[in-house]
Amino acid sequence: MLATAALRLLGRRAISTAVCVRGGHVAKVDHYALPVYFDKRESPLPDIRYVQDLSSEQKSLKEKEKGSWATLSDEEKIALYRISFKQSFAEMNEGSAQWKSIAAGMFLFFGLTGLVVLWQRKYVYGPVPYTFDQEYKEKELQRMLDMRINPVQGISSNWDYENKQWKK
Amino acid sequence: MFRAAVRLSVSGVRGLTRLQPGCQGALAVRCYSHGKQETDEEFDARWVTYFNKPDIDAWELRKGMNTLIGYDLVPEPKILSAALRACRRLDDLASAIRILEAAKDKSGPHKDIYPYLIQELQPTLDELGIPTPEELGIDKL
Repeated sequence: MLATAALRLLGRRAISTAVCVRGGHVAKVDHYALPVYFDKRESPLPDIRYVQDLSSEQKSLKEKEKGSWATLSDEEKIALYRISFKQSFAEMNEGSAQWKSIAAGMFLFFGLTGLVVLWQRKYVYGPVPYTFDQEYKEKELQRMLDMRINPVQGISSNWDYENKQWKK
Repeated sequence: MFRAAVRLSVSGVRGLTRLQPGCQGALAVRCYSHGKQETDEEFDARWVTYFNKPDIDAWELRKGMNTLIGYDLVPEPKILSAALRACRRLDDLASAIRILEAAKDKSGPHKDIYPYLIQELQPTLDELGIPTPEELGIDKL
């Protein structure tokens, strides 16, 4: 009983899908699914021509291309090249000076950050903690030596306890 | 194929092509698998056959050229000649010029490869009326 019901449902679904297809629902191909033009050294021949909509002049040039190429003038050859490609290899390989503005921007923000830090040192932070005082640091070192901290390879191993001085 | 030229940076392409069978064996054979290693001659012949296909279409030309340029080598003049003739069959002058540019770009720092290619390709270029990028002035900005 259940199986029949399931089969019937399945059948109805199949039919409705078929109707859908026959009803003329054609999937539209969006632009992002189509090949695009790009200049890249690694793939010298891109998928499509650079100029897709040819002017009448370019169309006649394309017709002329079907004849002998020796009869074409240099200008026509370059025009044909520019129909198919945007940039030549020379133009592609030309370095850009963009790194300058990027470096300038970086240094600008480093500098601004430095100013903010300076301002904070003056107006936001309190005085340096007393633990950084020379006196405190000396006492700290003395205590470390008294406690014999790291006696094998560390700080206490360098202290001569008998002569009360650093080992030579 | 100038695989060895790119690796060894030996000047004098002509001498190199003569040397190829000897030194190539030691360089290229690796013990990755027991599969048969394609020799340079077979490689060249395969690509010449590919571009010589009489009814090659535009996609096959693009795919073949882009793949070939993707390899670590500069194609032999005979492969390029076959590719230029394929361009002629497809009435695509722009791609022919582009292929010459790509071969020059592919030579990288080895300045002696491109003049050799042009020298070997000159009969084909004259026959088909293909200008070099230098003749058109598009090799400079």
